[in-house]
Amino acid sequence: MVNENTDAALRWIPLLPLAVAVLHGVMLGLVRRSLPRWAVNLLSCGSVALSFGVSVYAFFRLVSLKDDYRWLTDSLYTWFGAGVGDTRFSAEMGLRLDPLSSVMTLVVTGVGFLIHLYSIGYMADDHREDRGYQRFFCYLNLFTFSMLMLVMADNLVLLFLGWEGVGLCSYLLIGFWYSDRWNAYCGSKAFIVNRIGDFGFLVGIFLLFGAFAKAGSPSVAFADLRGSFELIKNLTMPAPFWGPSWRLVDVIGLCFFVGAAGKSAQIPLYVWLPDAMAGPTPVSALIHAATMVTAGVYMVSRLSFLYDAAPLASAVIAWTGALTALFAATIAICQTDIKKVLAYSTVSQLGYMFMAAGCHGYTASIFHLVTHAFFKALLFLSAGAVILAMHHEQDIERMGGLARRIRQTHLVFLVGVIAIAGFPPFSGFFSKDEILVATFASHVPGHLVLYAIGLATAGLTSFYMFRLYYKVFHGECRAPADVREHIHEPPGIVLNPLWALAFLSMVGGLIGFPVAYGKAIGVKDSHSLDNWLNKVVGYISYHVPHETEYAMAATAIGVATVGLLLARFLYLSRPELPARIAASAAGLQRLLANKYWVDELYDALIVRPLLLVSDRVFYRAIDAGVIDGAFVNGLGRSVRGFAAGGLKYLQTGLAQSYVFSMLVGAAVILWYLAR
Amino acid sequence: MSAPVVLFYVFAVLAVVSALGMVLNVRNTVAAALSLVVTMVALSAIYVLLEAHLVAAIQVIVYAGAIVVLFLFVVMLLNLRTDAFAPARARLQKLAGALIGVALLAQIVHSSLSLPTPPPVPPGFGGYRQLGVALYTDYVLLVEVASLLLTAAIVGALILAKRKID
Amino acid sequence: MIPLEHVILLSAVLFGIGVIGVVTRRNLIVILMSIELMFNAVNLAFVGFNRLWPGAPGHNALDGQVFVLMVVTVAAAEVAVGLGIVISMFRNRDSVDVEEVSLLKW
Repeated sequence: MVNENTDAALRWIPLLPLAVAVLHGVMLGLVRRSLPRWAVNLLSCGSVALSFGVSVYAFFRLVSLKDDYRWLTDSLYTWFGAGVGDTRFSAEMGLRLDPLSSVMTLVVTGVGFLIHLYSIGYMADDHREDRGYQRFFCYLNLFTFSMLMLVMADNLVLLFLGWEGVGLCSYLLIGFWYSDRWNAYCGSKAFIVNRIGDFGFLVGIFLLFGAFAKAGSPSVAFADLRGSFELIKNLTMPAPFWGPSWRLVDVIGLCFFVGAAGKSAQIPLYVWLPDAMAGPTPVSALIHAATMVTAGVYMVSRLSFLYDAAPLASAVIAWTGALTALFAATIAICQTDIKKVLAYSTVSQLGYMFMAAGCHGYTASIFHLVTHAFFKALLFLSAGAVILAMHHEQDIERMGGLARRIRQTHLVFLVGVIAIAGFPPFSGFFSKDEILVATFASHVPGHLVLYAIGLATAGLTSFYMFRLYYKVFHGECRAPADVREHIHEPPGIVLNPLWALAFLSMVGGLIGFPVAYGKAIGVKDSHSLDNWLNKVVGYISYHVPHETEYAMAATAIGVATVGLLLARFLYLSRPELPARIAASAAGLQRLLANKYWVDELYDALIVRPLLLVSDRVFYRAIDAGVIDGAFVNGLGRSVRGFAAGGLKYLQTGLAQSYVFSMLVGAAVILWYLAR
Repeated sequence: MSAPVVLFYVFAVLAVVSALGMVLNVRNTVAAALSLVVTMVALSAIYVLLEAHLVAAIQVIVYAGAIVVLFLFVVMLLNLRTDAFAPARARLQKLAGALIGVALLAQIVHSSLSLPTPPPVPPGFGGYRQLGVALYTDYVLLVEVASLLLTAAIVGALILAKRKID
Repeated sequence: MIPLEHVILLSAVLFGIGVIGVVTRRNLIVILMSIELMFNAVNLAFVGFNRLWPGAPGHNALDGQVFVLMVVTVAAAEVAVGLGIVISMFRNRDSVDVEEVSLLKW
């Protein structure tokens, strides 16, 4: 590690939000008073803004470094360590800014700042509880800190700290209005499902560290892992099934992916994300669109060197991502809650990112992560504006015709919809195209099927997003009369971040302008993102001829257009048709609208048996029966019995019997001494 | 069998008999106290035979002359001449107590079965002069502590026995 | 000339009798007297052993006898306080039976 790459400014990126979060916490928890709102706004948004500023500074510093030495580190202190000498291991509180993490920090702090501004307006009328406003910003800042620790960690253990921290803040924020039990339940669900993933993550860390330690390099820092990766690349471990042995890196990759599936809502651990919509809309935008759910994608990209050597794990990731994308898209076409549609859309887009990562297209997945952050946050926030305008109505069946009534919101929402549908030149087109190319050109078994799934999902995405758009903004207004009169544009503080995000959604694609098109317009090396990231996640290794790329782009645009036209037909031109179709395909409609009854399935197969076992076996039988009954109470009872049965007769109250006992003791001692 | 030895046995038997008389005498407390006096005087005689003259004198003066008298005072004060107690409840305990006493005795005897013959004793041994010197030079601290102890005992006995503190 | 084993034996016998008296009798005064008997037995042992080891000629060791004096002192103090207790007990219960005051029992 070259020392001139340290930069003490790095620590302020996560520490500023942390400081404000701690301040809010102390004010609320110990001092028990809330700051005035302007102070809360200034502190919270200011800290994130400053963080963004430092991130930008660090980014430019990185740019100025040479290609092979493009990293900055900042080590705070040694968190913990073990062992001595050769086998010494230590986990540092160290931050590392390299191209990958700088992209992430910019996204987190930038989009986070915009969402903080938005929240000022969104939560302004929330007087449901005392001090709730400050509590919200405290949690937001805490979340920002955790996410920044996650992306800037220089070792796996610190990444896990951030990982857990965002899970915690997700719970706190989803269940923000906890006086409604349903919200609290949703928060718990998110946390618990996350934990299941975290278990896999931990197992992965243990396996990885164990292998490295045995091979002679006990460290969890990414630099060391990457450097000594050759040591464990070809190790195998004995397998309980499916062959005599497995490759260790495959197992580790799969374990980490379990964690990613939990955090980034892939099959089978996605069930928490739709219910997480119970939280306030800024939370959905920040956590469940832009940042937390992308932690899994970041982690996979960070460990790209591992996945490059683990074809089985990568294939599993790619297939899971693809299936999740398709699965969630099918559910989204029948949802009627505006936020639920967006939630399933998020699951679907995350599936895209994992599909790309599984096909070794890490740059593509990060690219999509960035653009998705822009347009999904935009969509969520503008949906929030719609909800505000409709006085907290979220059912799209009761909306409609809002285009004329809330013009600006309508425009930004439209920008978001076009971006996610993948129409050029908006950002979504470039990133989605990148993913499809990566899938098409990869060597994952069945990659052509993956490509087909990706294409189909793109069509579905376009369809359901435009369905949403038409149902909310066009047609006749189906809202009740009293709501209809009070529909108005949200205040400036809410709209301005939306415009900023709209702008980013429009031009964000330029950072990954494919070389194929760049050549066409005479710009060399136009794929800036690839140039930026290739040292960290590997070059884009797939190459397709430019003509194929043009053809694929055209196919993608075509599919998206089909979706748009179909949605327009069904929801604008002939609004009575969907109901007739639903009636004739009632079973399918019910299946999709009830999200394949997955939650109910989990409940019946897993949750209820678990609760039953916990109650009957662990609580009643073991805890109350054995431990309490036999050991704790049993011990008490036996002592009492012994005392009441025999021991108490020693207390005769007669001094003489005590003298007698003393004499017996003296006799024994005397006998012993005189032996 | 020289005179001291015979005398020793006589006094020994006397001591044991009167001790038994004290312990086994159930009805008359005053008689028990007087038996104790006899025991003490017999022991005093034995002390003389063992060349502990001052101790023998003090035994008679303090033990027989003060302590047992104190006992008798209390017996008279409380009018406890006769014992009208029902037999004690713990008969087994009494028997066990007796056995313990015998066991202790056996142990002590067993430990001291062979002792060497005592050397001749120098003149003045056990006399008041030598004992006094020893008390006030080597053991002066003991004397002081003993005086404190007696003071404490006096105060304690006073408070316990007073009718009420006024 | 006096065989010291017999002196120790006598001391042991007296001690045993005292023990029997303490454990067996119900009259508190007799119990106290039995304790006195035990003290006397111990004194006899002390004096006997002192006779066995009188110390070098010219440097007499009178430790045993000094200790006997201390034992007598302590016995006197103890009797004083003990009889005070007996009097208090008599005032409260009108009896010197130890079984009357065995209240701290199961």
